[in-house]
Amino acid sequence: MAIWVNGDTRLVVQGITGKEGTFHALACREYGTRVVAGVTPGKGGTTVGNAEGTEGKGGIPVYDSVAEARAATGCNASMIFVPPPFAGDAIMESAAAGIELTVCITEGIPVSDMLRVKAFVADHPTRLIGPNCPGVISPGMAKIGIMPGHIHRPGGVGVISRSGTLTYEAVWQLTNLGLGQSTCVGIGGDPINGTNFIDVLQAFAADPETVGIVMIGEIGGSAEEAAAAWIAANYDRPVVGFIAGRTAPPGRRMGHAGAIVAGGRGTAAEKMAAMRAAGLHVVESPAKLGETMARALNG
Amino acid sequence: MKIHEYQAKEILRSHGVATPRGRVTDDPEEAARICAELGGRCVVKAQIHAGGRGKGGGVKLAGSPAEARETAGRILGMRLVTPQTGPEGQVVRRLLIEEALDIARELYVSVTLDRQAGKPIVMASTAGGMEIEEVAARDPGAILRQEVEPLLGLLPFQGRTLARGLGLGGATAGKAAKLLSALAAAYLATDASLVEINPLLVTGGGDVLALDAKMTFDDNALFRRPEVLAMRDLAEENPMEVEAGKYSLNYIKLDGNIACMVNGAGLAMATMDIIKLYGGEPANFLDVGGGASQEAVKNAFRLLVSDPGVRAVLINIFGGIARTDRIARGVVGAIEELGNVTLPVVVRLEGTNVEQGREVLRQAPFHFIVAEQMADAAEKVVAAARGGGR
Repeated sequence: MAIWVNGDTRLVVQGITGKEGTFHALACREYGTRVVAGVTPGKGGTTVGNAEGTEGKGGIPVYDSVAEARAATGCNASMIFVPPPFAGDAIMESAAAGIELTVCITEGIPVSDMLRVKAFVADHPTRLIGPNCPGVISPGMAKIGIMPGHIHRPGGVGVISRSGTLTYEAVWQLTNLGLGQSTCVGIGGDPINGTNFIDVLQAFAADPETVGIVMIGEIGGSAEEAAAAWIAANYDRPVVGFIAGRTAPPGRRMGHAGAIVAGGRGTAAEKMAAMRAAGLHVVESPAKLGETMARALNG
Repeated sequence: MKIHEYQAKEILRSHGVATPRGRVTDDPEEAARICAELGGRCVVKAQIHAGGRGKGGGVKLAGSPAEARETAGRILGMRLVTPQTGPEGQVVRRLLIEEALDIARELYVSVTLDRQAGKPIVMASTAGGMEIEEVAARDPGAILRQEVEPLLGLLPFQGRTLARGLGLGGATAGKAAKLLSALAAAYLATDASLVEINPLLVTGGGDVLALDAKMTFDDNALFRRPEVLAMRDLAEENPMEVEAGKYSLNYIKLDGNIACMVNGAGLAMATMDIIKLYGGEPANFLDVGGGASQEAVKNAFRLLVSDPGVRAVLINIFGGIARTDRIARGVVGAIEELGNVTLPVVVRLEGTNVEQGREVLRQAPFHFIVAEQMADAAEKVVAAARGGGR
């Protein structure tokens, strides 16, 4: 089984006519996701991806709004590639149209925009993942995001992470050890995001086929500590944890807007200590995520 | 992005925050004139981006215009070392000359983002002049907090609650409450990530003023804040970081001797961590972007080898959408184009088409040290850095 993304997913891509939007809409379709619509205001009535090399799947119809796309295609999930100044609006449009799952890939959205977006989304039935995230993949079923599909393999390990390529690293280690994944969720590297670690943990806990979880955090904030406390109280399958940024100097933003040790809080040492205290298998070396999970599952 | 104290005070004044009278200058004669205008007594404050200026000798009281001139002459051009500048310090290029006020109480107030609440918060404490981190560690209950609704700002009753909590009464409490709402308004209007007033001054006469002011801004919002961006002072930033910014590279200079180039911020941090775990010291954080384009790799490599402290380079790329063999060709192309690279370069490629990628590296005219996994890469680059070259 998988969480949130599966064979029933019907995807609309907001910002589909941009270079990234087109590329990843087609890559998702190639992986097996049912990409049923695209949205770019002012480009309604056109299609995307009916050129050579798309194996006769036909073009993806483009609509002027998410509401129109939903009415016409019954799309139930959205993937957003809209540029940062307009991405907050795109998320709220998706929520207002009643889309169940909104995955925002866009990096660089102002924090103050996300404060408004978060309040708006809270009043709507959509689950927001991201922004500034690689997306969600349920291997063998569907993917919504920019991750390379073929490094994954179907199986029982759930993966949750704040980063992109570091998640691929973890997934690749698992795959090479024969450990497949149920679903991999990138919650994003921004200080304000839609879905947090605990939301994902709860979903994995409710999925009988997820046998263990790899959780990859970063410096900054206190989401990992809260997640560790939740695991200690609610989850008894193995969890392997890693925190990136042990060597990061305080007060410096390490690429991700959310990855910053500020006011003496959010250090890797604090987070790792909280994870250890909660009974997680904490790895010091990012090279040992896979083998630690393998041992934890066999032990 | 950071700005200077005098710039932060300009912004805050425009939102109605009271500050001491004063002006900025880079000339000792002008400093003496400003001091005279202020009544013959003043405070001379070095303007650098780092905090802890007082401890480093960058804030001095002057009892006369002549003393202001002498003090200004001494501080201007000095390398001010504070707990936040690092041992190399920061050259003082400007001074803020302000009136000297009588101090009845020193308080602390700030506005910042509470990530857990998903809202800005105003924090206040009676321990003015102290680092808020110390207060938080010693007595978290001593920090008063009020959440700010982004669309409403800090409401008057919230300001009054904080003022009462700080032990203020009467007209002074009213002034403090107004100042707090103005701080929150300035924070929201400029896309700030921090507004910190430490200390907030209460005078013997019951006035409330921002004696110091620190503001930092959300880099993601600068595109719509040209007035803030215009306050950027490149002289205060690390020149290599400024250079990296021109190529949209995420680069942060560190103190070690192992340069690293990685795609993706999380993997870049993890790479620094594993270098340290194997006994090495990273020279930098560098994220060339998830896709690791050939152009980004080339610019990044040129930047890394220009750091004279570097003894070895580690390139750690996870090829996902961008195929590993193509990235390998990018790395080889970058080194060929630069020519004359004598540093040992350890390359660890993983992901799609990894065998072809490694083959490209093996056949290149440049001798790469090819690593198979992150641990292997860390071990090899630490050894190479110790060897001091090839």
